[in-house]
Amino acid sequence: MAQTKSKKIPLTGDQAVATAMKQIGPDVVAAYPITPQTEIVMYFSNYVANGQVSTEMIPVESEHSAMSACVGASAAGARTMTATSANGLALMWEIVYIAASLRLPIVMPVVNRALSGPINIHCDHSDTMGARDSGWIQIYCESGQEVYENTILAVRIAEHKDILLPVMICQDGFITSHAVEGVQLFEDKLVKEFVGEYKAAHPLLDVENPVTYGPLDLQDYYFEHKRQQSESMKGALKIMPELFKEFEKTFGTKYDFIDTYKLEDADIALIALSSTAGTARGVVDVLRKEGVKAGLLRPRVFRPFPREKILAALKNVKALAVFDRAESFSAEGGPLYTEIKAALYDSDIKPLVTNYIYGLGGRDIFPDDIKKVYSDLGAALKNKKVSNPINYLGSRE
Amino acid sequence: MANIKELAKIPERLSGGHRLCAGCGASIVVRQVLMGTKDYVVAGSATGCLEVATTIYPFTAWKIPFIHNAFENSAATMSGVETAYRALKKKGKITKEIKFVAFGGDGGTYDIGLQSLSGALERGHKFVYVCYNNEAYMNTSIQRSGATPKGAATTTTPVGKFSYGKHQFKKDLTSIVAAHRIPYVAQASASNWNDLVTKSEKAFAADGPAFLNVIATCHRGWRFPQEKSIEISKLAVETGVWPLIEVENGVWRFTYKPKERKPVIEWLKSQGRFSHLFTEENKSIIDEIQEGVDENWIRLENLCNSTCKVA
Repeated sequence: MAQTKSKKIPLTGDQAVATAMKQIGPDVVAAYPITPQTEIVMYFSNYVANGQVSTEMIPVESEHSAMSACVGASAAGARTMTATSANGLALMWEIVYIAASLRLPIVMPVVNRALSGPINIHCDHSDTMGARDSGWIQIYCESGQEVYENTILAVRIAEHKDILLPVMICQDGFITSHAVEGVQLFEDKLVKEFVGEYKAAHPLLDVENPVTYGPLDLQDYYFEHKRQQSESMKGALKIMPELFKEFEKTFGTKYDFIDTYKLEDADIALIALSSTAGTARGVVDVLRKEGVKAGLLRPRVFRPFPREKILAALKNVKALAVFDRAESFSAEGGPLYTEIKAALYDSDIKPLVTNYIYGLGGRDIFPDDIKKVYSDLGAALKNKKVSNPINYLGSRE
Repeated sequence: MANIKELAKIPERLSGGHRLCAGCGASIVVRQVLMGTKDYVVAGSATGCLEVATTIYPFTAWKIPFIHNAFENSAATMSGVETAYRALKKKGKITKEIKFVAFGGDGGTYDIGLQSLSGALERGHKFVYVCYNNEAYMNTSIQRSGATPKGAATTTTPVGKFSYGKHQFKKDLTSIVAAHRIPYVAQASASNWNDLVTKSEKAFAADGPAFLNVIATCHRGWRFPQEKSIEISKLAVETGVWPLIEVENGVWRFTYKPKERKPVIEWLKSQGRFSHLFTEENKSIIDEIQEGVDENWIRLENLCNSTCKVA
């Protein structure tokens, strides 16, 4: 295969997103600044101001209008993007659901940040986890490289004629968005070819063939339309691997719904999203040297939920800790945990499973914290039960 | 000036058979507004009577492309559509001349959608925003809005032992919009069809955002016989309750002035929503309403005089 990637250049996660957006060159970007997403908007505005992209930018007066304008632009037939964080996503909420129900392939990088209140600008996943049932595909990224590549990949996923769902590409606020990493970029030409030209099936601007978007949909049809959304989301589980393959063929990076590390023969394992998996990987290496059979699973795609992939990867695991960077206040654990546990219930494997809520509001997660969880799992294995189903890791009591 | 014979030849863009009430002012306003351009038009609407009654799935009354997104974002949505148009035109993917119009009721415009409207106006999108103003939240059963006039009974400003209906004067949205210094702003009424169609033509032709605030009767909410919609609309104009003004590039102008303004009491008498005002104890409220209309009239005359001099 030809050399498709550049040398590593130092970029923040936000810069990685903005660079991907520049190479994609969407027709319309409507966005509003919010920490820690702001730099994406700033960098991209510079590309527009300097003619490096031909995108029409809508510098809206709120996130609600950002998503509203995206719905208008996407329905009109334009390739459309925005980006947000936390309270911004919360302000969009109503229209986030409408965008999905109108089957508009909007691509939205989200820089994960704790939802107010109390107000906090640092990372947790309470923002996008709240939107997990909005009908958007959700991809969680570990590194700047992944953020960059997934932003490009997301365009094809969203616009696939048998998917047609909006996509969020999530990265950890500040941890990924503001940390400088070496990121390898693809050639502009290859990205352009990969994303191709967008041609909407029924755009508003096809004035000779008028269509009505967003009609009142009552008891006689609403349910079926929700089913169609659901079937498309499930269908995406079958279609996305084709796009992963095409991505690998074009750019050389292999993607899947999940990412595993030393999991095949692991007795104890941890499941975590995004950047925390990087910290956990280091701990796995240390424990492996000590003879502990520790492993790691990182779901990259949370919606659609890759149940079969996750269950297959966990088949040899005896004790499992699920990390949630979001709290569900008195539910049966955090959102990732409840999902995993529900999937395990009617599967053939029955590992001991426990939940760790961690890192809320940007509280750091250290290798020692993770080490302690693996040691808890070791104890659970010995005692044949977990001491606590739901734990708070790194919080003062 | 519009010619009625010419207007009659314009194909309907909103078909009949929709489910708005007989005598509803909104559909009359929409039809007259859409006569204002011969170009292709893409329309949008906020959630409200107009939207729910014209688009019950799987039917649509719209013969032109139409989008409804939510309640408070008709302007923001249309700003996205209009921007997409510019983006695709720039790339040569679209060559046709297309106009854009966003409709919203007074609730969706004066209240919940004001921010979205203000943002879109300030950004300068080339589109027409039309507020079909029936002076309350009619789609949810007549709740008060910022456009509801003083003294009107609504379901959230009911008449009671300690209340005569809405206590506040209506918001002057037209002036708020004019303060954005967009190319064209006007108030109109379906009763003065020639005036409304002419204003629509100016709005569609404007090089930037344009705003039409059109009084749109609601016989259910205002409590009058459904066949009197145009008559009541006319009364709003003749009493000075709804002055027909326009603001063209900053210059304020009356496009029609009654020879002699009728007393507001005639307007109040025509509608059940004001019927409780005709008691001895509420007499002063009627006086206050008349004073409010008079003051507004003088204010508008002053604006016309002062901006004319500037021009």
